[in-house]
Amino acid sequence: MSPLSFFEWMGDLQWSVDLHESQYAYSIIESVHVWTMALFFGLVAMFDLRLLGLTMRQVPVSEVIRRLQPWTVAGFVVMVMSGSLLFFAIPVRSYQSIFFRTKMLLLLLAALNIWIFHSRVFPKVAGFDVDAIPPRAARIAGALSLSIWIAVIFSGRMIAYNWFDCDRQPQPGLINFLTSCDPNLAEQ
Amino acid sequence: MDLLPYFQWCYDSTLGETIRESTWLFPVIEAFHLLGLGLTMGAILLVDLRLLGVGLSKQPVAQLSAGAEPWLLGSLALMFASGIPLFMSEAIKCYYSFPFWVKMTSLLLALVFTFTFRRYATRSGLAADRPRLGRAIAVVSLCLWFGVAWGGRWIGFS
Repeated sequence: MSPLSFFEWMGDLQWSVDLHESQYAYSIIESVHVWTMALFFGLVAMFDLRLLGLTMRQVPVSEVIRRLQPWTVAGFVVMVMSGSLLFFAIPVRSYQSIFFRTKMLLLLLAALNIWIFHSRVFPKVAGFDVDAIPPRAARIAGALSLSIWIAVIFSGRMIAYNWFDCDRQPQPGLINFLTSCDPNLAEQ
Repeated sequence: MDLLPYFQWCYDSTLGETIRESTWLFPVIEAFHLLGLGLTMGAILLVDLRLLGVGLSKQPVAQLSAGAEPWLLGSLALMFASGIPLFMSEAIKCYYSFPFWVKMTSLLLALVFTFTFRRYATRSGLAADRPRLGRAIAVVSLCLWFGVAWGGRWIGFS
């Protein structure tokens, strides 16, 4: 089974159709997705800015992360749940969206950055916990995190626009390649 | 007082028209607006969580509030710089949109509350001395900003 036929099967499920065609449910889920993004990104950004030495310089780095992490994790969980439902409502179009694909790639990069930070930088936090401006490695992790999450927000927002959609041909060959779109099969 | 002529003027402005006629401008400005939303929420939440006794609860309220303020002001500047052009491009739709008026009313109340009472209470030590008052301030602040976020999101659905 190809990914495309899998997502076509998903999109034909009754509750995917119901969600897509619902009057309020889809909008409410999308709102929850945006609001939890604000909670998650806002607090992550404050932590990243602390790593960059741009705010809360007198608060230990470890205290900022330990106190804010339960909130960012909770926000992230709700975002993944609401985001999955949004995908479930419109699976084929999302799967073939160049912005959705960019966003998933960026999420992988964000996860990689978090993993590197927690395995390489954070174990040495005792050495720079109270520094107003943390060392280079920590600042790089903070700057990367901020940049990646901003890019996630931008690509996420653009999923709503259909400029490169498979059913809008002709598209450049590169776009159709990147979106796994076969223009001959695309419904016009 | 009928505001419609002012909304019409915004709609007819060169800026409004340029954004309307462009494919990319509205979405890109909108993405900056979302970025501003996140940053504003972060700067607000940092202090409100503290007032609720969670988050950075070991830190003095006044110090957190003072530290968050430049980022609050900066992110609000980004919100206005992106929000006003978005508004101008669809001012007439906004005029007839219920969520738009909810958003503007909440925004006005939120700004006044944040930069008068909340600012005074967090800086003067009043909120720190009276935790119940501090919690009440956080609840009012979060409700008002949620009104702004609700209205903002639902302008797009109407």
